Amino acid sequence: MKARWFFTIIVAALIFLAGYAALFVAPDEKTMHAVQRIFYFHLPSWIAMFSALCVVFYANVAYLVTKKRKFDALGVAGVEVGVMCCTIGLITGPLWARPVWGIWWTWDARLTTTFILWILYISYLLLRGLLEDPEKKATLSAIFGIFAFLDVPLVYLSNRLWRTQHPQPVIAGGNGSGLDPVMGEVLLLCVAAVFCVMVLVYIDRYRLELLRNECDELKFEIESRSVQAANLGGSATRRVGS
Amino acid sequence: MSTVRAAGILLGKELRLEFRSRELLSATIIFALVVVVLFSFAFDPTASESRRYGPGLLWIAFLFAGSLMLNPSFSREQINETLDALRMAPISPFAIVLGKMLANFIFMSLAELILVPVFAVLYNISLAGIVWRLVLVLMLGTIGLTVTGTVFSAVSAHARMRELLLPLLLLPILTPLLIASVESTASLFQELPALDRTWVAFLAGFDIVFLTASWLLCDYLLEE
Repeated sequence: MKARWFFTIIVAALIFLAGYAALFVAPDEKTMHAVQRIFYFHLPSWIAMFSALCVVFYANVAYLVTKKRKFDALGVAGVEVGVMCCTIGLITGPLWARPVWGIWWTWDARLTTTFILWILYISYLLLRGLLEDPEKKATLSAIFGIFAFLDVPLVYLSNRLWRTQHPQPVIAGGNGSGLDPVMGEVLLLCVAAVFCVMVLVYIDRYRLELLRNECDELKFEIESRSVQAANLGGSATRRVGS
Repeated sequence: MSTVRAAGILLGKELRLEFRSRELLSATIIFALVVVVLFSFAFDPTASESRRYGPGLLWIAFLFAGSLMLNPSFSREQINETLDALRMAPISPFAIVLGKMLANFIFMSLAELILVPVFAVLYNISLAGIVWRLVLVLMLGTIGLTVTGTVFSAVSAHARMRELLLPLLLLPILTPLLIASVESTASLFQELPALDRTWVAFLAGFDIVFLTASWLLCDYLLEE
């Protein structure tokens, strides 16, 4: 418990520091100026999302192999956190694109891929909501999660072949690319901060899911016991009456 | 019993079941036809425009029709709990899924066989000279649609609101398939038809990835 508070405070400090660095420390961009600063939270949210969804894929496979409920909890927690990060990315992207590209949205490879990804993982959550039996819920959503994860590279490849407009990787994209060293440091700080926030929320959500499972099991046990007790009581009174 | 033989027997059962009533097939064809006709009202295509929009329209109609048609594939087995009986049979779970995939593939192909000529007539597209290449594209696209669709039909069969859920799960997964099928069909509807090999290869890749995934996951899919 103490360690968690400690971690939470560190992460909170880190994210404030990252926000300050992104707004005031990082140098001004030559053509885009202040708008470019949203990039310090746009890219990290994608990195955090992608890491969360990789954990989800691992959890889905591990659940099918081991059938341990904790992997199901790990999966659903990761999808929720991943969808949250994805939403942040999908909101910060258009905010940047409007002044720079002149449009909010374009059907480019990366944009389309993440949009489809977002819909896929929301469907995952929807599917879980519509399945009653806990074991079926875990198994079937794990299968859907694996299919969704396999689909993402295909969506990307198909859109890549089709058309693309998103800026090419600026940091390691060949000749003429590269960041100002200070920009690089600020970016690194922001990636670390957002990633830590993601991990913190992920762990909390995972714990909550485990507690929920435990609660459900206890409820079930109480119900079955009270049914048992009622049956025993009923037969006892009948015996007395006769 | 070998998986292929078991799948063949199950395919026979599915076909018998369908051809006794033919309700699924006729509903699918009529639905796809309605979509094609509605599009013509929504876009009012002239000859050159229908070359541009035609392929997309055709595949959207197939995808929508497929996502509706695939619904009963597994939920039909629940009425008399016949899926439990199938599971008890001494055959691999993949045989059950494969049999259903083949049956759905045949139903979908039959629907396409009727729809494509009607579409060509309504949208003034000449099919002469491209028939076999178009069949190849349609087959690869339909395999992808029925493979993923059959698996998801088994997934959604246990859920509430499954009729609504299946298109919701299936259509986003099929986006790469839609793009690849539309692009390769469009390459055939040009003035000088030339099949785009990249997209055909992509379609084949899509089919292989998801067929392999369903082969690996079908044990879990059908367990009780």
